Amino acid sequence: MMNWIETKNNEPINLNEIPCLNIVDLRKEILEIKKRVVGFFGQPFGAGVKLFVIMADDEQGKLFVSSAYFNENEKSYDSITKDIPAFHMFEREFFEEFKIKPLKHPWLKPVRNHKKEYPFFEIQGEEIHQVGVGPIHAGVIEPGHFRFMCNGEKVYDLEIRLGYQHRGVEDLFLQNPTNQLAESVCGDSVIAYNLAYSKAMEALLNIEVSNKAQLIRLIALEMERVAIHIGDLGAIAGDTAYQMGNAIFGATRTLVINSLLEISGSRFGRGLIKVGGVNFDIDEKLAQNILKTLEKVGADVKRTTTTMLKSATVISRLERTGVVSYESAKALGLVGMAGRASGVELDSRFDFPDKWFMDKDDKKFKATGDVYSRTRLRYKEIMQSLSLIRKFMRMLPEYKNEPLLVPVNNGLYGEKFVVSIVEGWRGEVIHTAITDNNGRLSRYKIKDPSFNNWYGLAMAVRNNGISDFPLCNKSFNLSYCGNDL
Amino acid sequence: MLETLKLRIYQGEQFIKDIPNAPMRSQFRGFPKINKGVDISPCNGVCPTGALDVENYSIDMGKCTFCGACSNACGAVEFTNNYKLASTKRENLIVTSDMTFEEFRKTAYEVRKEIKQVFGKSLKLRQVSAAGCNGCEMELNACSNVNFDMGRFGIDFVASPRHADGIVITGPISENMAYALEDCYKSTPDPKVVILCGACAISGGVFQNSNKLNREFLEKYPIDLYIPGCPVHPLTFINAVVDFIKK
Repeated sequence: MMNWIETKNNEPINLNEIPCLNIVDLRKEILEIKKRVVGFFGQPFGAGVKLFVIMADDEQGKLFVSSAYFNENEKSYDSITKDIPAFHMFEREFFEEFKIKPLKHPWLKPVRNHKKEYPFFEIQGEEIHQVGVGPIHAGVIEPGHFRFMCNGEKVYDLEIRLGYQHRGVEDLFLQNPTNQLAESVCGDSVIAYNLAYSKAMEALLNIEVSNKAQLIRLIALEMERVAIHIGDLGAIAGDTAYQMGNAIFGATRTLVINSLLEISGSRFGRGLIKVGGVNFDIDEKLAQNILKTLEKVGADVKRTTTTMLKSATVISRLERTGVVSYESAKALGLVGMAGRASGVELDSRFDFPDKWFMDKDDKKFKATGDVYSRTRLRYKEIMQSLSLIRKFMRMLPEYKNEPLLVPVNNGLYGEKFVVSIVEGWRGEVIHTAITDNNGRLSRYKIKDPSFNNWYGLAMAVRNNGISDFPLCNKSFNLSYCGNDL
Repeated sequence: MLETLKLRIYQGEQFIKDIPNAPMRSQFRGFPKINKGVDISPCNGVCPTGALDVENYSIDMGKCTFCGACSNACGAVEFTNNYKLASTKRENLIVTSDMTFEEFRKTAYEVRKEIKQVFGKSLKLRQVSAAGCNGCEMELNACSNVNFDMGRFGIDFVASPRHADGIVITGPISENMAYALEDCYKSTPDPKVVILCGACAISGGVFQNSNKLNREFLEKYPIDLYIPGCPVHPLTFINAVVDFIKK
């Protein structure tokens, strides 16, 4: 392990201790270390570019970091994707940002850049037709373009073009890093993003937030998961024309987000988390109210899901629709909920635990990789999160005299590198921050789980009817803005 | 089947009966109140979007994300739970220290007569997410759920701009969405309305300094209604549109 430096979630390392190799050696190291890629991004460095690689050992909860330097004349290298497919989006992104070409990359297309015409994959044939959808979709959702190659109703291939949401978020973090900006990167994962950002900053400030604030943050994180998962169950019910499910899950979700409003003043928990702790307390009375509401939520979700999944018309739409096999999911590097539904057991809450998440969930989930699997998994995770919330709420009174916020008196430590991983409801939200010698952010890199998982959706719809696409899409519910940044 | 019917009966009625007067939880951060008698200097530099003007004791609701950073920092700013925040004029969104909520509401709307004539009973909208973070999008979806049930006022979101009477824009309008947005607008038949929904659409919000935006659309075409929020609460949105079209 000479050529890697080992670290952990939220543990800053000195920038000058990160090994710097040439790309040929780094490539060899990446193939040899046999870990999972969670970061692969560049930063301008002198006249050239420095490429940072972060590999995760999920079983040990360890991260391995290394880097390679490209001088101004080195404009290409041998692609890693052809050996490890999970690198393919990372290499495309690196190429787009720094014009250093991964040679023999099988799918080197734009990620967010719209300056040139996008080269869509095409199938030729008398019976083949194309269907283009978006960027503006039929419903009220974010923009993206989907191009289907169909034979009759059957989808042979789906290509997804994104980038419409690109706002240059990473650069904005260098100009003016704020909690409000972190909350707005991906507005359906407000808590997860703000938590990842705040924890990265706290690591670079070397401050420890109070136990009370940590618990309130985790309660909000699990409430976010519960709320979105319930909304998604409603959307899946809606797309299978099970209208009652759609109505009830919609109303049940309202109860959860209104509880978040009672804590923070916002239905999505905006304004709750701040670098140094949290802005709002959960006192005993509020805790009791929320627990009572969540008890009803749990009972209603259980009853509605059970009734819904007994309906033959629903089941026939869910089972064996949009299958992603374990092998595909593993090879593509799917993460989070979509990965778990295909049997890839990654959950950074337990893989990279802080002191509150020690006991891993031992109940095995029978993953089948189809829409049905993603539906059942949501139900399971709602119940799991509700029990976690109960557990954290019970622990709160013990710390009631602790402060909500600890003061921030110093600036960020300079010349540091820190990785911050938070398991949002979609999966791992990874923020990586690098500071310069003045203690200013010199690079801020965000990786949303959707960045890995969009390709999983494209795989899922192959050989399915095109009319099942909305259902497959809802079952993944991936982020456009988290991908486009 | 019996289970399904029982479940339906158990759920009962979920809709909010009186949307214009629906109660709001006290914690909600809505219309701001600024007290000139209190020292505002601790608020210097805390506003992430520059909505708070410390010198003039004013808040621009078109920029405000209602994050509460200023009210946490000093006593001069307080957020009430009044959720009717919309206005037909951009400059009206700037709230000064001597402005009460009632006064704001009095001058908030100035609607062309033909809008009430043509759209008074029904308004079909096409939503365009132009780099919206999915916050406003989720709240706009919530407007149509069983609690808020916006359809009862004849207001709906439709799939095609050709079927729409107007467009609702969310997000700060990225370069990459500028073409699609304008195309959508041109595809909507006249007469039509344009509604800006949320701090990002109105002012760029937290993204206002990004160089990846293209907000030319807003200079080219008239805007009919500004609805502040981050994201916009369903009650804010529905009441804004109802006040806009109903007599």
